[in-house]
Amino acid sequence: MSDNAIVFTDVLKSFEKEDGSRQVILDNVNFTIPAGKTTVVAGGSGQGKSVTLKLILALMQADGGTITVAGDDITGIRGKRLKQLRTRFGVLFQGSALFDSMTVFDNVALPLRERTKKTETEIKKQVLDSLEQLELLGHENKYPAQLSGGMKKRAGLSRALQLQPEIMLFDEPTTGLDPVMTQEIYQLFARTQAQVGYTSIIVSHDIPKIFNLADQVIVLNNGAMDVFPSPEEIQWSQKPHIKDFVQTTMGEIYQSHLVEK
Amino acid sequence: MHTNAISRFGNTGMSAVTDLGRMGLYLLKIFQGCFRLPFRFSEFVRQMHFIGVGSLVVIFFTAASTGMVLGLQGYYSLHKFGAEGMLGSAVSLTLIMELGPVLTALMVAGRAGSAMCAELGIMRISEQIDALDCMAIDPFRYLISPKLLAALISVPLLTVLFDVVGIAGGYVAGVHLMGVNPGSYFEGMRSSVTNHDIILGTVKSFVFAVLLVWICTGRGYLVHQIRGAGFGASSVSKVTTQAVVLSSISVLIFDYLITAVML
Repeated sequence: MSDNAIVFTDVLKSFEKEDGSRQVILDNVNFTIPAGKTTVVAGGSGQGKSVTLKLILALMQADGGTITVAGDDITGIRGKRLKQLRTRFGVLFQGSALFDSMTVFDNVALPLRERTKKTETEIKKQVLDSLEQLELLGHENKYPAQLSGGMKKRAGLSRALQLQPEIMLFDEPTTGLDPVMTQEIYQLFARTQAQVGYTSIIVSHDIPKIFNLADQVIVLNNGAMDVFPSPEEIQWSQKPHIKDFVQTTMGEIYQSHLVEK
Repeated sequence: MHTNAISRFGNTGMSAVTDLGRMGLYLLKIFQGCFRLPFRFSEFVRQMHFIGVGSLVVIFFTAASTGMVLGLQGYYSLHKFGAEGMLGSAVSLTLIMELGPVLTALMVAGRAGSAMCAELGIMRISEQIDALDCMAIDPFRYLISPKLLAALISVPLLTVLFDVVGIAGGYVAGVHLMGVNPGSYFEGMRSSVTNHDIILGTVKSFVFAVLLVWICTGRGYLVHQIRGAGFGASSVSKVTTQAVVLSSISVLIFDYLITAVML
């Protein structure tokens, strides 16, 4: 993989509103996400954080500009190239996106059954090993509705890691979790990243805690992006919207618990 | 003000055309998904059970009721001309060519179509379909094509069941209750129903199966792109209602078109 896992160049994305006019979400934005590092994408609601993730995953297409993943231009990507692109990624969705009709075991085994030629015995061993690492052993026969929020996140993470992704995307990974569970989940992210070595992109508004994990921070605001090479630099920005952002979201950053990296 | 009204009309028109185009592409992808490997046989069987076996009771009672009413009303009309002997012919032709395929499709739309729409809508808003995409698993092959294949087998079989039960219902009402000669009931049916009539009913049931799965799964799958549907639980309820209404209307429109072309 090249030094930059993902590069956005002059990316434009807008949506049609009910009255037929267009709302610009990303206005010719440029940034790079370094390989093997953790980038946090922050910003208020409706600022395009999830849209950025969907553009990276090619779940939606940009209206203009180019996006490259590990050096490959993914603009207008489809067919087999799209399938190959997606095998590079693991995604932990906001609500975990576990399949309600499947047990935890079947959810985690799904990518292995569908995307590999492994035997059922090999799949069983790999899934149970993964569940043990994420402290879910004993819950493999439960359905998602029988799990707590934290357990769902861990099951979703386990599923996302099965194909050993190069890039992990986390969409609001701690929404709905209590502070203790949030802390545990972030520690888990740091641990799994150290083990697997993936590039991590975390979309979150749980700013104080998540910044302890970040190597780079991107703040989205009204279609524009501000990139900070380290979380510490964000507090020195003189831009009014960043100052507001720091005041409203980072007031307690230095009081937050440090996450072991 | 006039400009605004024209603009709104234009936007609505554009959005309807876009929606139709999106649904057209969606149908194409369902057909493509049928030929992609590996085929999900277990999901296909599960859907056969859900659409077919699950609809047996409602089809049985609808068919029995329809057949008996046809028997009574047919007898009432034919008796005026002294043509009670034609009752078997009237009941069977009406059921095989028209009411069997149409009422089966409407019942399946209400029972299974709404459930398919809601299931896919919920999977869409809870990002389960996005999760499949992200795992490079084709959602059409995995989720939707097995439903189409199951409907293509189940709906014609349910239609046959509807026809048989309906004809039996007509027999009970006409022969046992109204005193029509049993021999003339069956002879009227045997002499008037041709292969062409059966083919017409069969073609209808296949077309209706495609319409049902296309519209009902399509509204759920595309819930996030449907103008005015919104997002979240209310959007799923909106598109589920829309799916049943649209699929029912489509069945009635295509019923006329197929009859006009094939009769």
